[in-house]
Amino acid sequence: MYKNNIIEIKNLDKYYGKLHVLKNISFCVKKQEVVVIIGASGSGKSTLLRCINFLEFAQKGTISIDEKIIKTKATDLHKVRQEVGMVFQHFNLFPHFTALGNIIEGPVQVKKISKTKAILRAEQLLEQIGLVNKRDNYPSALSGGEKQRVAIARALAMDPKIMLFDEPTSSLDPELVGEVLSVMKDLAKKGMTMIVVTHEMGFAREVADRVIYMDEGRIVEEGDPEKIYQSPENERTKAFLSQIL
Amino acid sequence: MIDLPWNFAAIPQYFLRFFPAALMTLQITALGIFVGLGLGFVAGMMRLSTYKLISLPSHFYIWVIRGTPLLLQLFIIYYGLAVIVSIPRLPAAVIALGIHNGAYIAEIFRGAVQSIERGQREAALSLGMTSWQSMKRIILPQAFRRAIPPLGNQFIIALKDSSLASTIAVRELLLRTRQVGSSQFMMMEMLIIAAVYYLMLTSVLTLITNRIEKNLSKSDRRN
Ligand SMILES: Nc1ncnc2c1ncn2[C@@H]1O[C@H](COP(=O)(O)OP(=O)(O)O)[C@@H](O)[C@H]1O
Ligand SMILES: [Mg+2]
Repeated sequence: MYKNNIIEIKNLDKYYGKLHVLKNISFCVKKQEVVVIIGASGSGKSTLLRCINFLEFAQKGTISIDEKIIKTKATDLHKVRQEVGMVFQHFNLFPHFTALGNIIEGPVQVKKISKTKAILRAEQLLEQIGLVNKRDNYPSALSGGEKQRVAIARALAMDPKIMLFDEPTSSLDPELVGEVLSVMKDLAKKGMTMIVVTHEMGFAREVADRVIYMDEGRIVEEGDPEKIYQSPENERTKAFLSQIL
Repeated sequence: MIDLPWNFAAIPQYFLRFFPAALMTLQITALGIFVGLGLGFVAGMMRLSTYKLISLPSHFYIWVIRGTPLLLQLFIIYYGLAVIVSIPRLPAAVIALGIHNGAYIAEIFRGAVQSIERGQREAALSLGMTSWQSMKRIILPQAFRRAIPPLGNQFIIALKDSSLASTIAVRELLLRTRQVGSSQFMMMEMLIIAAVYYLMLTSVLTLITNRIEKNLSKSDRRN
C-alpha cells in the first residue's frame, strides 16, 4: 500500500469458537503515528491488539509489520514480538524480580545484552519514568501508577518499533492516571509509534493523530481526534461518546 | 493409682536403640522424595503439554498410581518383578515410594504452573521470549514457590508411607519396633517410641518447609 506504513492490517477476521470477535478489520499505522482505539467493552479492542502482537491468531486476513507479511505458521513469532512492545491493563510485572530486574529481563534474556549494559540502559529508563529511587523495589512495593510506569520501561528496554497499550490506566486510581499518561505523552512526542486503547480523551486530543472507534468487532469510524470527539458521523459513535463523556 | 499393664519406665533405655532404624526411615524417605521430585517434575511438565502424545502417557501414569495402593505398588516392584529382576529391598522401597510420590508431585507442579496468571506468560512473550524462556524464567520460579506448601505436605505423607517398607523387611522404624517389641514382650512401649520418632521427623520437616516458605514470601509478594 503506502510507504512508511509500519503496520498494515488487511481484512482481519477473528473468531473465538463461534463468536465472531473481529470483523473484516483493515487499517494502517504509519511510522511515528499515534493511534487511539475507543469502543465499548467487548467490542474487540484487546483482541485486535493481541492479534497485532500474535498473542492471538486471526483466522483470516494478514498483518504486515515493517512491510513484511507475518505468516503465523512460518515465522519465529518471538522475533516479531521483540519489535512490538505491549503494556497491559493489569501491568503483569514479574513479581519475583525488582523494578530493575523487570526492565533488564528482556534485554538480557532475549537480546543477550550483557547485564552491565542492560542495567545502564535500565537506569536511563528509570530516570525517564521518574522512578530511579524505586529501582530495587519489588512490584508488591510499588503503587499502581509506578507499576505501570515500570511495565512501560520494561517494554521500552527492548527498543521496540511499535508500542501497544491496552487500557493502561483503567485499573488505576484516578489520582495515579496522570503520571502514566505523562510518560506516554512523552513517548509519543519522542516519535514512538503507538496504538493505544484508552478512553482518556485528554490524552487522545493531545497526542493522537487518529482515533478509531470500534463497535461489535468492526471499525465503525475513524478520523482525527477533533473530528471524532466533536462531530462524529456515525450514530453509534455518538451514542458511545455521550456515555463516556 | 491404676496399675497399667505396660512398663513405660523402660522407654528411655530403649529409645536410642531405634536411632539407626530412624535413620533408615529418613534415608528411604529422602531418596524416595528425590526420585519423586524428578519424576513428578517431568510428568507434571508433560501433563501440561498441548501435544496429546506427550500429555497422555503422563496422564496414564498419574491415573494408575493414584488409583492403586502404595503397598500394591511396592509388592509389584519387589515380588512381582522378581521373576525378571530381583531388586534388593532398599532400592525397591525407594523406587516404589519415588514412583508413587512422583504422581502426586506431578499434580502439585501442574497445579502450581496453572495457577500462575495468564498475563505472566503473555508479558514474557510480548518481550520476545520463546515459550521455553517464559517457562524457565517467569512461570517456573513463581510456580516452585507456590508448590512449596503442598510439597511439604506431600513429603510428610511420604515419610509416614515409608513405614510400608517394613512389609518387605527393610530395617526401618516400624519393622525394628515390631522386632524389639515382640522379642521383649513390650509392643506398646516400643510402638510409642516409634511414634515419638515419627513425630520428631515430621515436625522437623514441617519446620523446614515453613521456614523456606517464609523466606521466599519475603521477596515474593504478589502484585
Ligand atoms: N480468550 C477468549 N475466549 C473466548 N472469548 C473471548 C476471549 N477473549 C475475549 N473474548 C470475547 O471476545 C469479545 C471481545 O473481547 P475483547 O477483545 O477483550 O474486547 P474489549 O477489549 O474491547 O473489551 C468479547 O465478547 C469477549 O467476551
Ligand atoms: Mg479490553
